[in-house]
Amino acid sequence: MQTALVIEQLLNGLQFGVMLFLMAAGLTLIFGVMGLINLAHGSFYMIGAFACAAVAAATGSFWLGLAASLAAAAALGAIVEVTVIRRLYDRDHLDQVLATFALILILSEATRWLFGDFPLYLNIPAQLSGAIVLPAGVHYPVYRLAIILVGLLVGLGLYLLIAKTRLGMRIRAGESDREMIGALGVDIRSLYTLVFALGAALAGLAGAMVGALQSVQVGMGEPVLILAFVVIVIGGIGSIKGAFVGALLVGVTDTMGRVLLPPLLAAVIGPAQASGIGAALASMSIYIVMALILAFRPRGLFSAQG
Amino acid sequence: MKTSLARTALAISLLMCGTAFAEPVKVGMITTLSGGGAGLGVDARDGFMLALKLSGSKDIEVVTEDDAMKPELAVQIADKMIQSDKVDVLTGIIWSNLAMAVVPNAVGQGKFYISVNAGPSPLAGAKCDKNYFNVAYQNDNFHEAAGNYAQTSGIKKMFILAPNYPAGTDSLNGFKRYYKGELVGEVYTKLGQTDYAAEIAQIRASGADSVFFFLPGGMGIAFMKQYAQSGVDIPVMGPGFSFSQDVLAAIGDAALGAKNTASWSPDLDNPKNKEFVEAFKAEYNRLPSIYAAQAFDTGTLLAAAAAKADVKDADAFRAALAAAEFDSVRGKFKFNTNHHPIQDFYVREVVKNDEGVLTNRIVATSFTDHSDAYAAECKL
Repeated sequence: MQTALVIEQLLNGLQFGVMLFLMAAGLTLIFGVMGLINLAHGSFYMIGAFACAAVAAATGSFWLGLAASLAAAAALGAIVEVTVIRRLYDRDHLDQVLATFALILILSEATRWLFGDFPLYLNIPAQLSGAIVLPAGVHYPVYRLAIILVGLLVGLGLYLLIAKTRLGMRIRAGESDREMIGALGVDIRSLYTLVFALGAALAGLAGAMVGALQSVQVGMGEPVLILAFVVIVIGGIGSIKGAFVGALLVGVTDTMGRVLLPPLLAAVIGPAQASGIGAALASMSIYIVMALILAFRPRGLFSAQG
Repeated sequence: MKTSLARTALAISLLMCGTAFAEPVKVGMITTLSGGGAGLGVDARDGFMLALKLSGSKDIEVVTEDDAMKPELAVQIADKMIQSDKVDVLTGIIWSNLAMAVVPNAVGQGKFYISVNAGPSPLAGAKCDKNYFNVAYQNDNFHEAAGNYAQTSGIKKMFILAPNYPAGTDSLNGFKRYYKGELVGEVYTKLGQTDYAAEIAQIRASGADSVFFFLPGGMGIAFMKQYAQSGVDIPVMGPGFSFSQDVLAAIGDAALGAKNTASWSPDLDNPKNKEFVEAFKAEYNRLPSIYAAQAFDTGTLLAAAAAKADVKDADAFRAALAAAEFDSVRGKFKFNTNHHPIQDFYVREVVKNDEGVLTNRIVATSFTDHSDAYAAECKL
């Protein structure tokens, strides 16, 4: 296989990985700080995409749409936290899963009621459309490079936020001992609302950026949610660093698996069966990686809880 | 109690009067109204209901339920419709895996099933049934037409792509049945996949002259948008599903010029089709898709059969369906021995109409009076 093709596929894996990171960062933060399993995280991804598509269609500006997606997902996240999620922190995980699953159904139906059954159209901004030629003869879409850049910047921002700021200190403190920081006079309720809204906003951002590449439709968040769970399990639940490494690992494994497995199999068992079996194996590849990692590190690569 | 007695008396007296159609035909429509495939099911439902409305038929009752694209749910709904709603006819299923779960059981209980879309190969061949009718097509048909078009227009190297599920395999097999040139790539993707960057990179490296892809619904939208951004300029073609009216708006201008094959097109020149397209636009304020057209034909056929025969007389009703004496939006229409259509297939091109809306226009005919490859295996 040519070098250019391999580099292009690695970039594809990287782009997929940083997109997963935006989803997984919020998910792992919410689990780490509040101990909450939030199945409705995929709905914020969908809300972000719909907000972006609706605002972009109304104003003609993708950038306003992107801002709207952050605002809408964060606002909805805050509302949901205050009205529903807040009552779930002391319950066991089964109650949390049931309640947040109900939220998926409610938010999906509400979105369908507002926007209809047909997928929406979200255009890539003119400044970022088309492809450029990178060194080594690699053609790559500008928009995907932009997604990689945004993902890396968000990763850096989250690192600085958590490691260097007062808010980050409180978040870390909340992860270690929530009763104690409450006793020290930190307003734990608004801290939780803030973290939840931040996680929702990141998911909304991911949805809006990916919405321009794919189709904006009801139910688009759930497949990504499953992968985001795989990422945080691999990375270690509660760890942002783990989410980052896990997301890149999943992104690159999935992409390279899809590209390399069918031709490798074809060399062994012949092309007729290989295309089917190879495709099936490729879609299993990330779960195989997850199983292998969990066999040796049952708590994930960078577990926050010891 | 008194009222039901009175109703029975009324029904008997009506029967005595010689009116054969005192009881309405009960139709159970199972289709996809939620999730990623909802656009297809909504179009099918709307097309079917419009046909019943235009036929003026008063004695057809329809119950509609959403299968959410899940086979197990479709089976439950079918059982409920047969046992408690007492339907005579089932219809509406979009996806082949759902059809395979529902149809054999329903026709086994003596109900009629009339397919608006799904046409899996077993039901056209060895597992065909006297009570199963398919108004749409056999699954391979559109892809065969595309393969024939690629072959006759002299394309040397093709790259072909479909999801890894039964209809995807049927698709590429159908294409290969008529395309004899070189295949520089044959890729099966995961069903429901939305990121095609890896496949597009393979297409770029393959040196193909043209790309054939079968990706219905949201998958096709994602593929086309990413393809347009990738800077790859190899022309694409596909079955009508990949460029159907329900996805064109979401794909946008990237679809312009794409060739695709189908048994129907909004510009097909016959009076019934003109009436259908106008009525659909007036009723729902959008252009109909291929799914709406097929369901419209299903509704028209059902209304025509119900006017000729009582559904309780299964043999007479079956004969009325098989005769297919109705005005089809596809112009001529008749059933083969396996109750699947014999029809023409066209090559369409995505264009902008006078109002600037993306739609399809016929540019050539791929097959005339084409049936399917499985009819010989059907012993009816």
